[in-house]
Amino acid sequence: MIELKNIYKTYGRGTVNELSLFENFSLSINDGDFISVVGSNGSGKTSMLNMICGSIPIDSGEIIINGTDVNKMKEFRRYRKIGRVYQNPAMGTCPSMTILENMAMADNKGKLFGLTPGTPKKRIPYYKELLSTLGLGLENKLNVLVGQLSGGQRQAMALLMTSMSPIDFLILDEHTAALDPKTAETIMRLTDEIVKEKGLTTIMVTHNLLFSLEYGNRLIMMHEGEAILDISGEEKKNASTDDLLALFNKISLERGN
Amino acid sequence: MQLLISVLEQGFIYAILALGVYITYKILDFPDLSVDSSFPLGAAVTACLITKGVNPYITLPVSFFAGALAGLATGIIHVKFHIRDLLSGIITMTVLYSINLHISGGVANVPIFSNENIFSAFPLADKLGKFNTVFVVFLIAVFAKLLLDAYLKTKSGYLLRAAGDNATVVTSLAKDSGTVKIIGLVIANALVSLSGCVMCNQQRFFDISMGTGTIVIGLASVIIGTNLFKRLTFMKATTAAIIGSVIYKACVAIAISMGLKSMDMKLITGILFLIILVAGQFGGKGKND
Repeated sequence: MIELKNIYKTYGRGTVNELSLFENFSLSINDGDFISVVGSNGSGKTSMLNMICGSIPIDSGEIIINGTDVNKMKEFRRYRKIGRVYQNPAMGTCPSMTILENMAMADNKGKLFGLTPGTPKKRIPYYKELLSTLGLGLENKLNVLVGQLSGGQRQAMALLMTSMSPIDFLILDEHTAALDPKTAETIMRLTDEIVKEKGLTTIMVTHNLLFSLEYGNRLIMMHEGEAILDISGEEKKNASTDDLLALFNKISLERGN
Repeated sequence: MQLLISVLEQGFIYAILALGVYITYKILDFPDLSVDSSFPLGAAVTACLITKGVNPYITLPVSFFAGALAGLATGIIHVKFHIRDLLSGIITMTVLYSINLHISGGVANVPIFSNENIFSAFPLADKLGKFNTVFVVFLIAVFAKLLLDAYLKTKSGYLLRAAGDNATVVTSLAKDSGTVKIIGLVIANALVSLSGCVMCNQQRFFDISMGTGTIVIGLASVIIGTNLFKRLTFMKATTAAIIGSVIYKACVAIAISMGLKSMDMKLITGILFLIILVAGQFGGKGKND
């Protein structure tokens, strides 16, 4: 469970561009939730993810992950329990290392990176099997450098690598936004499979309203650092893209654009 | 013949340095200027130990360790104090200049001509005759290369490569990419210092200014090696760096044999490096990097 309590976050404090994004923001993410987060640019979606992961500091408030206040915990330590896939497919893999080497590293997450062989031979069949679930034929390209793969292939690998180790939370930061519609569909279906299979608590930021409605059990719409819509269960099932768009327009009108 | 042997001797000595520079420049993408002082650091430690009558082979691990400390300093300055990479190296380089002088006993030049060194103490020295030095140097360079290759295949080595390639991945693996960078700098400067140790053994003196421009030699070797052999995928980058170092020394030797004086050494070093960089731009075209 992730709890955000009374979060304050201001960007560019003391400058003319000072922007107070979060003011007394609170949100509870329950175990087993698959939350889709939508909202316009600058509404605080990605900032929220960055605060949870520790990529950016908060001004005040509490972030509690599995009962522990992580405010003083460094970013890299938080990733023991969190897996994250970024919008840019290049972020999740090492381009000048091979597919096999990338898989082996991901497999070792949470364990010691010592002087034992980087790629344990015994695990290779397991990596092949995992890669074959992607249906991209990567299992036959184990020694190809990841940099030579397409964006979609790299994103699929990033997703796979993230979910190889025992994590509790999956953070998806517009992870289909840089992909073509068909690949985006594939990655989204794969995401859903992995989330269900591993029972991961998931937060997915997306600009794709269809995805946000189709996947997950809860939907949040962010606006100027607030969750202006938070629906789940039946209420979410009955919502439509028209409803969401109408709400979007209403917000825009209120802002005077 | 004598020229060839001398080129190979120098080439293999600087090859050890090139292996270190390969780690910082190619793997970590870190322009590490501390090299200019960790090279003479190894030599200073060596001269100090040898004049005290220590077994010359002890100088190898001790210099290696001393260089590791220098790398640790640069790493901590960069990672923990958040000083830019270039400046971190410059700070270590400057500080080490004085430390090197302290180690050498406050003098800028320590001759060890009359003392035993790793070459004269080599068991096969008599049999190998004039090939003795080049043989020993070759052994050390190859040993260092194989050790580095083996390390880069371990889990820790993977992490080092990942840190230079995409630090986000290291963070995602719940590892501190800063620590990994420090480890890389430690190994790199240890190798550079080892190279300085072998150099001191070979030329039989330590000189405080022997490190000036070392980074240029190291970079030139790595760039020549990796550019020349980048189409040969079966060749390891570490092998390429060693060959690059020999080629570079050969170029310098040719330039000198064409009538340039030894005082023009740094001039040649710099201009050759420039030529290599420019040539690399043209050679690199059409190849996606």
